[in-house]
Amino acid sequence: MSMRSWFRSGDPWVWLIGGAVSISVVMVLGLLLLIGVRGLGHFWQPPIVEATQTVDGKERVILGAIRTTETVTAQAVREAGIEVPEDQEVVTRYLFHLGNRDVTGRDFEWFVGDLLSEFRYPDDAIMLERQEWGNFYGYLLAVKEEGEIVAEGEAAFEALADRLERSTALVADTVRMERYEIGRINFQIEQERLAQRRAELNDSLSDQERAEVIAQSEAEVARLNEEYQALYAELLELRARARRDVLVARTADGQEVTINFAQIVRATRANTLSVGDKMVEYGSRLWGFMSGYPREANTEGGIFPAIFGTIMMVFIMSIVVTPFGVLAAIYLREYAKQGPVTKIVRISVNNLAGVPSIVFGVFGLGFFVYFLGGNIDQLFYPEALPSPTFGAPGLIWASLTLALLTLPVVIVSTEEGLTRIPKAMREGSLALGATKAETLWKVIVPVSTPAMMTGLILAVARAAGEVAPLMLVGVVKLAPNLPVDGQFPFIHMERRIMHLGFHIYDVGFQSPNAEAARPLVYATALVLVGLILVLNLTAIAIRNRLREKYKSESD
Amino acid sequence: MTEQNRQGAPLASAGLPDKGNRKQLNLRHEDISMEVRDLNLYYGETQALKNISMDIAAKRVTAFIGPSGCGKSTLLRCFNRMNDLIDICRITGEMRIDGNDIYHPSIDVPELRRKVGMVFQKPNPFPKSIYENIAYGLRLQGVKNRRKLDEVVEHSLKRAALWDEVKDRLNDNAFGLSGGQQQRLVIARAIAIEPEVILLDEPCSALDPISTAKVEELIIDLKEAYTIVIVTHNMQQAARVSDFTAYMYLGELIEYDDTAKLFTNPSRKATEDYITGRYG
Repeated sequence: MSMRSWFRSGDPWVWLIGGAVSISVVMVLGLLLLIGVRGLGHFWQPPIVEATQTVDGKERVILGAIRTTETVTAQAVREAGIEVPEDQEVVTRYLFHLGNRDVTGRDFEWFVGDLLSEFRYPDDAIMLERQEWGNFYGYLLAVKEEGEIVAEGEAAFEALADRLERSTALVADTVRMERYEIGRINFQIEQERLAQRRAELNDSLSDQERAEVIAQSEAEVARLNEEYQALYAELLELRARARRDVLVARTADGQEVTINFAQIVRATRANTLSVGDKMVEYGSRLWGFMSGYPREANTEGGIFPAIFGTIMMVFIMSIVVTPFGVLAAIYLREYAKQGPVTKIVRISVNNLAGVPSIVFGVFGLGFFVYFLGGNIDQLFYPEALPSPTFGAPGLIWASLTLALLTLPVVIVSTEEGLTRIPKAMREGSLALGATKAETLWKVIVPVSTPAMMTGLILAVARAAGEVAPLMLVGVVKLAPNLPVDGQFPFIHMERRIMHLGFHIYDVGFQSPNAEAARPLVYATALVLVGLILVLNLTAIAIRNRLREKYKSESD
Repeated sequence: MTEQNRQGAPLASAGLPDKGNRKQLNLRHEDISMEVRDLNLYYGETQALKNISMDIAAKRVTAFIGPSGCGKSTLLRCFNRMNDLIDICRITGEMRIDGNDIYHPSIDVPELRRKVGMVFQKPNPFPKSIYENIAYGLRLQGVKNRRKLDEVVEHSLKRAALWDEVKDRLNDNAFGLSGGQQQRLVIARAIAIEPEVILLDEPCSALDPISTAKVEELIIDLKEAYTIVIVTHNMQQAARVSDFTAYMYLGELIEYDDTAKLFTNPSRKATEDYITGRYG
């Protein structure tokens, strides 16, 4: 077959298109695979390695987990001042996670393979994950209860496991108490303070009434303070009980360290774990990551507040953007007289979709936060001023900004859905004596719900991944309180939130401990992608059900 | 172009003032359901209907025949003011139903459309269940009583000879029905709200012969209770189902007479040419 006829057959185009599609698929899968492997691999317990480094005759014992292995040219190592045999061309170097930041000050270090002895995997090496200072690697010497040694040597690890369970439960209790019970009292005391201030600002009250209100509130505050004192005493006692046990451990270079059990999150003798144990450990760590609160400037602990904040924000955004977008589209398509004005509106809507998101962020900050929020504060929360209530970045403003950002997508897809509805269906309804509005609400809108859902799916995908504007209007590095809790009004729209996308940026680029944070970046990215996927699949499932329900020949 | 020239011949004769042949039917006053007087309809600058005057007999079937684009559908859609949906459409003249001018500004159009039901060329059920399709018109009127709805749904479906085929799946989506069933469903939907007039706009053009036969039977059956106006391309169909037939050509009403008379002994040559197939 000649080249010419091959071209005319159209086959080259099929190949070209097929190739383009496969490249896209491979790239997407590759990306998911990369963040999947890197992110999920983080939770797998590596073996604890002991080695001896010899530099200029001086020996140093190191103990830790190998994070990365790299091959570099011998030349580069020589230039760094490390002696390597002349005939050697490449050098392997290892990044060790040594932990013990409280002892040595740094927990990651590179070692050149040539200077290290054989790797040893001691069975009695332990790894402790701690609330502060990162991991600890060393050898367990003894477990003490109130200063008295209760277990030593081989028996110590069993004692450690038992007592850790007890102390972990106690620590969880203290955290719960701090977060919920004491949190509730603080919230109520703040509410009382605001009530007093409100009474002071209220001109319609007589002096006597005002004094009454304030006296009442003072009494309430006194009662709350009493309650607080009682709770606080209980908390101190709980803490003391949690801190009863300590362990004594030896680091690789021979120092003895005392670590309180209340500090320990989990303890493993990694080299003795079977594969099954490791898998259990893996599941527990993954769950801890998904359900826990961040620690140590977000480089450790979990991302639950970020997941929660992201979902919350996307949810509120959807609630806001859907009615607005749908109504705008219905008006544009069904009621507005088609002409130059609607044309301009449509062009503007489409252009809005192309405006850089940070511009929306700036608008949100200026209009929503400062103008709207500021005025709401003046009108409804004067008692809290000068500290802002709604006049500061928060969940509601972040959601509204995103709603504005995604509005064009919803409008455009809804309009497309409305246009696709066959004229016969409208006429059928009108011919039965329906008015235009009845036709619209009983036939047209239900039938075009799948199109609206398509718009919403696109909006959710865009909103969940957006970061830049959110930094200005409500997302922060660390938000101690979730936007939903047990205090009236239960959903606190004015609170700042954490967000997965911003968390990735923060952990990846603003973190004081880059090596520790890197795997978390991948893990968080994986969660974000997974979350968007779940949100989308839910929306698609709903859409498909609607499509099935309103199935017609036009689909 | 040659076709245009050939069409010129009947047109020339059609253009002559011939009041006698464009006759009004000899109907007693109480038998007249709708009257059309000097109706002109314009789409922008184009005149689509020219000076139409006719009476439509009550509880009879009246058929409009004529070549494509002759304005028969447009005329039909005047009876329930469906042409209102077209912005550029303008109407002069008079159209009365039971003596009331339906183009009077005070007329309530949805109310008019409840009285004048319509069935379209392509079956257009709503993407709802069979039951909800029938109940739609009643629900619009605010009927909520479930028993009343059940009754009307059953009665309408029986009237439309569809009940036996769908009674076990009233809650299935109407789009699961065949084309012929859908068209009968749409007719049932129209009669569920008890109109006085039913307009049928080429109701069988999308159906197979068996379904067509069923719909035709249904039309004949329904004329006992309703005034029916049908637009059709199929002259056999007009001959089979209608009592009166109007032949239209290029927006004009050429001849209007008893069906039997118009098909056997047309008084105008243009009509004869069309029904004997010499047209076009």
